[in-house]
Amino acid sequence: MCFTQNFSNAIVLGLADGFIYALIALGYTLVYGVLQLINFAHSEVFMSGGFAGYFVLNAIIGTGQPHGVASFGLVVLGILGGAAGGGVIAFLLERVAYRPLRRRNAPKLAFLISAIGASYFLYNLAGKEFGRDSVSIPSPFTNGTVFTVFGAQVQTYYLVIAVAALVMLALLDRLVAVTRLGKGIRAVAQDAETASLMGVNIDRIISQTFVIGGLLGGAAGFLFGLSSGVVYTMGFTPALKAFTAAVLGGIGNIRGAVLGGLLLGIAENLSVTCIGFQWRDVMAFGILVVVLLVRPTGILGERLGRSA
Amino acid sequence: MSAAATDRVLFVRGLRTNTDARRLFACLVGGLVLALMTGPSGSASAPTSGFTGSILNPRVFGFLGFGAAIWLLMTVRHRFGDRIRAASDRVQAGPRRLFPDRRVRYGIYVVVLAIAIVYPMHLSSFWQEVLVDQVGVYVLLAVGLNVVVGYAGLLDLGYIAFYAIGAYSAAYWTGALPIHPFVHLNPFWAIPFAILAATLAGVILGAPTLRLRGDYLAIVTLGFGEIIQIVATNLTGVTGGAQGVIGIPHFSIHLFGIRYAWGINNLPYYYLLLGFVVLVLVLFRSLESSRVGRFWTAIREDEVAAEASGINVLKYKVMAFAIGASTSGFAGMLTASKIAFVEPGDFTVQLSILILVLVIFGGMGSLPGAVVGAAVLQWAPWYLREHPVLGFQQQDIYIYLGALLVVMMIFRPEGMIPSRRRKREIGLAEHGVGHADALSGTGSGPVA
Repeated sequence: MCFTQNFSNAIVLGLADGFIYALIALGYTLVYGVLQLINFAHSEVFMSGGFAGYFVLNAIIGTGQPHGVASFGLVVLGILGGAAGGGVIAFLLERVAYRPLRRRNAPKLAFLISAIGASYFLYNLAGKEFGRDSVSIPSPFTNGTVFTVFGAQVQTYYLVIAVAALVMLALLDRLVAVTRLGKGIRAVAQDAETASLMGVNIDRIISQTFVIGGLLGGAAGFLFGLSSGVVYTMGFTPALKAFTAAVLGGIGNIRGAVLGGLLLGIAENLSVTCIGFQWRDVMAFGILVVVLLVRPTGILGERLGRSA
Repeated sequence: MSAAATDRVLFVRGLRTNTDARRLFACLVGGLVLALMTGPSGSASAPTSGFTGSILNPRVFGFLGFGAAIWLLMTVRHRFGDRIRAASDRVQAGPRRLFPDRRVRYGIYVVVLAIAIVYPMHLSSFWQEVLVDQVGVYVLLAVGLNVVVGYAGLLDLGYIAFYAIGAYSAAYWTGALPIHPFVHLNPFWAIPFAILAATLAGVILGAPTLRLRGDYLAIVTLGFGEIIQIVATNLTGVTGGAQGVIGIPHFSIHLFGIRYAWGINNLPYYYLLLGFVVLVLVLFRSLESSRVGRFWTAIREDEVAAEASGINVLKYKVMAFAIGASTSGFAGMLTASKIAFVEPGDFTVQLSILILVLVIFGGMGSLPGAVVGAAVLQWAPWYLREHPVLGFQQQDIYIYLGALLVVMMIFRPEGMIPSRRRKREIGLAEHGVGHADALSGTGSGPVA
């Protein structure tokens, strides 16, 4: 039975993938919360994070092989670089592709089309400026097996992803729950009109929500690029899957996005051992279609504007 | 704070709130982006070379000047627009149809058709091929997607998947695939089967997902497009796998004593395609003004009101989706038989987006828009590529198309040759009346 054979391995791999999906999915869910729109260009935020992380680490490491404290510092720098890249692109995206349309109260179709246009513009421009071949990020640490759980080897890379993601998720949770900005985001998600009557600056909140989603997505881009390399088309598939994860958990629901991401990662890796590697993406999209048919509100249910 | 510093702060604040200044800033940034788009390419090892070559280069002044010129035009239009508009209103009061006289319009159609028939005869074989493979097929595809996006207001991002289904059904029924049907057909007889297969796929995909809020349809169709490509690549025993299948026969007629076979020459395909395009155009034109067309308009403008008036919203959404799918399948079938070859790599998501751009550029819901938009946008890259001076790189095409989508949505969402109804709807939606698309669904929850 394929399940028992590589079960623990698939779980470990699935959690590593799942954390990355979760980080991207949060970008979709946050923006959905405040705008009720799917940000189609989020894949390019992810991609920019990958490139930003690559440039930062490439400039610092070069051909060296860091270890110890240096490794830790470099991982943090890479994540910060990726997050900064993603945040900047997300900010510009909102300014150029969303805000002019919002000002005009354009139909929803216009937002989707403009975001798709921005996505194509960004990733092809990245391909033009940074080359169209995949490049690998110089590794900030020496990858190896740290420990073994039920026969599954947990590598350094997976630990880096898990720890980084958990830290970011905890920060986001606090941010949304206690800060002024978090209150603003929740207020706009619940009822934008009333929030603006209560003195919430909607434009600013929306812009900042994009940036928060961009920071998480950019960091995810860097973490993803550490193992899979960075290329201008890297955003498409992970972002589509992360959207699946967001829908699976219940779009607009922050905890749902995390749960959906982890579940999707595990399901995908189980399907790799059970069905075959080439059907991995079909599995993810199949889940999307089934969820939309059976329970379109997702596992935890769609809910906007609750604290986390 | 010193007086000078206060002055400076006030000046900066004034600039930030001044519409003209903001617009000038946006135009100059636009000029810089254009400089970047048209400039030399960089690489991962020299990531700044593209930027320095395009922006830190004297050529940038040309682009900044271009941005400034656009700003000037916008400002003039903004300042004196009311007076210009008032003057033009006086000239053409009443319904703003370009050619109000029906006879004039039919005359124009006949002239355009005559040009479309005669002109290609004088082209070189290279341009004839561009005309068939790049322009003609995409005109057909754009006209089909126009039904989905323009008439019904749905966003289909997996449109090329139906094209693939059409192409593979053509390959199947003519016996080119590894699996064989019980009878091998001439491509002409395979047309209904290809259309049927694509329509069925449209209904199967559309019926469940169109119940949901409209933006989910976009994602599901996007995923479906990917699935079709993955399946075509991996089911080697059925589809011939990644290297594709060859040997799909060309069209031929052997009926009532007439014998004709389409060969490798492009011109006969062009006329075949032209015939089909005209047929589809006439069909869709009458569909637009039929009961069904009016239902689509109603659904687009206000789904709740449409539902309340007794229109079966789901049924007509699925119908639009399936009609679009069948046109795409038909186009795929034609292409497969012309180039005698199908491979999964032909059916990328990029192509779905490309066709969407063609429709948006021309004007959603406007048949002349879809035709002209597709013809212009498909012809232009080839012209630019062959142009000796401009040095346009084909691989950069999606940078331009992406930017075009954003710019169109900001400045002219109704397209270049807008449908009058659609234009009015978008205007109304911006003032809070109706939706102008079928994406909002009837409820606040995800289930429409």
